[in-house]
Amino acid sequence: MAYLDPEKVKSLTHQANEVRQSIIEMLLAAGSGHSAGPLGMADIFTAFYFHILNKDVNNPDWEERDRLLLSNGHICPVQYAVMAHAGYFPVEELKTLRKLGTRLQGHPHRGTLPGIENTSGPLGSGLSQAAGMAYGLNMDGKKNWTYCLMSDAEMDIGNIWEAVMWAGKYKLGRLIGVIDRNNIQIWHVLEIDGHNFEAIVNAVEEAKAITNKPSIIIAHTIPGKGVDFMEYDFKWHGIPPNAEQAKKALEELRTLGGKITSEHQ
Amino acid sequence: MLNKELKLASEETLYNRSKVEQIPIRNGFGEGLVIAGDADPNVIVLCADLSESTRSSVYQKKYPNRYIEVGVAEQNMAALASGFAAVGKVPFISSYAMFSPGRNWEQIRTTICYNNQNVKVAAAHAGISVGPDGATHQAIEDIGIMRGIANMIVLVPADSREARRATVAAAKIKGPVYIRYAREKTPVVTTDDTPFEVGKAYCYREGKDVVLVAAGPLVYEALLAAEELAKEKISACVINAPTIKPLDEATIIKAAKECGAVVSCEEHQIINGLGSAVAEALGRNYPTPQEFIGVQNRFGESGEPDELMDKFGLRAKDIAVAAKKAISRKEKK
Repeated sequence: MAYLDPEKVKSLTHQANEVRQSIIEMLLAAGSGHSAGPLGMADIFTAFYFHILNKDVNNPDWEERDRLLLSNGHICPVQYAVMAHAGYFPVEELKTLRKLGTRLQGHPHRGTLPGIENTSGPLGSGLSQAAGMAYGLNMDGKKNWTYCLMSDAEMDIGNIWEAVMWAGKYKLGRLIGVIDRNNIQIWHVLEIDGHNFEAIVNAVEEAKAITNKPSIIIAHTIPGKGVDFMEYDFKWHGIPPNAEQAKKALEELRTLGGKITSEHQ
Repeated sequence: MLNKELKLASEETLYNRSKVEQIPIRNGFGEGLVIAGDADPNVIVLCADLSESTRSSVYQKKYPNRYIEVGVAEQNMAALASGFAAVGKVPFISSYAMFSPGRNWEQIRTTICYNNQNVKVAAAHAGISVGPDGATHQAIEDIGIMRGIANMIVLVPADSREARRATVAAAKIKGPVYIRYAREKTPVVTTDDTPFEVGKAYCYREGKDVVLVAAGPLVYEALLAAEELAKEKISACVINAPTIKPLDEATIIKAAKECGAVVSCEEHQIINGLGSAVAEALGRNYPTPQEFIGVQNRFGESGEPDELMDKFGLRAKDIAVAAKKAISRKEKK
């Protein structure tokens, strides 16, 4: 299903370009701050603020709004730029970034700039805050969505994993995280189809060729692969098949899913 | 003589350790939570896998849907609470003082205090009276790390009844509050009719020679010390200062002016705690000789709570010695 028509894609692309220009201008004016992360995330932020979020720029505290939390606060220039272009405050104000008396603090502060949902800077606590909001909203029967944007570097932080496990345990169905996988990190990261032999071997060979940093291969696999009734079914995580189920499973494996005849038949 | 207006515990049994009523201060936390929860449906409790020993289990039983188990994940708990508060809840986060605020200080500072979020940090098992668990579990720095953060209010109740009142009062304040509870059975010095207001210190006993300013379980020791000193014709004023921040400076300065010597008494490092807060207030307003009863820049150790209180010099007799020293410094002045 196509959620965006070509015209919308064109307008979002144009908007993201405007945002990138603002990022460059505001960083130049500030004389300090981070450049790569904000530019890298300009499209994601544009998609959220110009299409995905349910919001009211004239009433940033509107109770029915979706919550968007930025966990890696140092990329806030992109959030400020997108918010200005979306109409939260004048684009002109972007030039006050990091200056004395500004609402655009070097790292974002909830309470200083309307529309900022969380304070961040010290990495790793955004997902917890988002999870608390999502759980709290759910307690009151609210249907708002809560989004949390994180960096890949944050995945090193224990607090993130505390939040990951907690949000999973409580099945927070209206919480959505986005991780900025920008490969700027100190590991060499490869992603492969874990059921494609060429991909598996190629990835290991590529990893062997990288000797100045550790490599990690993220293998996308299908749990229960090869046995139809076990595939993607969480209940098979920790239990064995009974005799009848085993027979069925073996039959499927021996016949390659019914494509050939098994010698056991 | 105790100040009659404050309706404190009966003096007939108060000065006898074997007869005075003793209840763990943390029990007051559990009771106070339920009262706060009855009054405000937005009050919720988050606990890091210690619901029984922190007494948040009392709340869990009454309001299971407003009790949220976080597991052993104190950093998550603090930042979660910030999120809950941002959508209108009044979260109490509960663990041992060593872990919350010990382990999650940065999350408390950044996501709770800097935003002025309506979160209550409730810490059980504070002080060396935790006992046999030893130094790793004896939080004696927590008052310092909490009172140093802007926006944070710091409460240290003297007994279980005051703990109940402090818990209820914290729920009504809009903003971050730290409350510290001791584990052990502690003599009860207040009654249900004793006043408690955040930001106020109370003169429990009038005196003219020395002021004993105390918080937490040492309020009782200070009262005993005053009784001992009276036998030696030394008149000691005893002030209970359950709000460490903002400190009731007016009450303390007034007493310092009347007596001219001060002893601060706390189950905490002498650095950064009640004694420091008192010294800061007096230094700015009315410099006064002060002695510090507390843990003297060292770690705790294993032992029975009573043995440790003796060894670390946190008893009435230690306060009495310090009082005389403070008085002697006044006379030299």
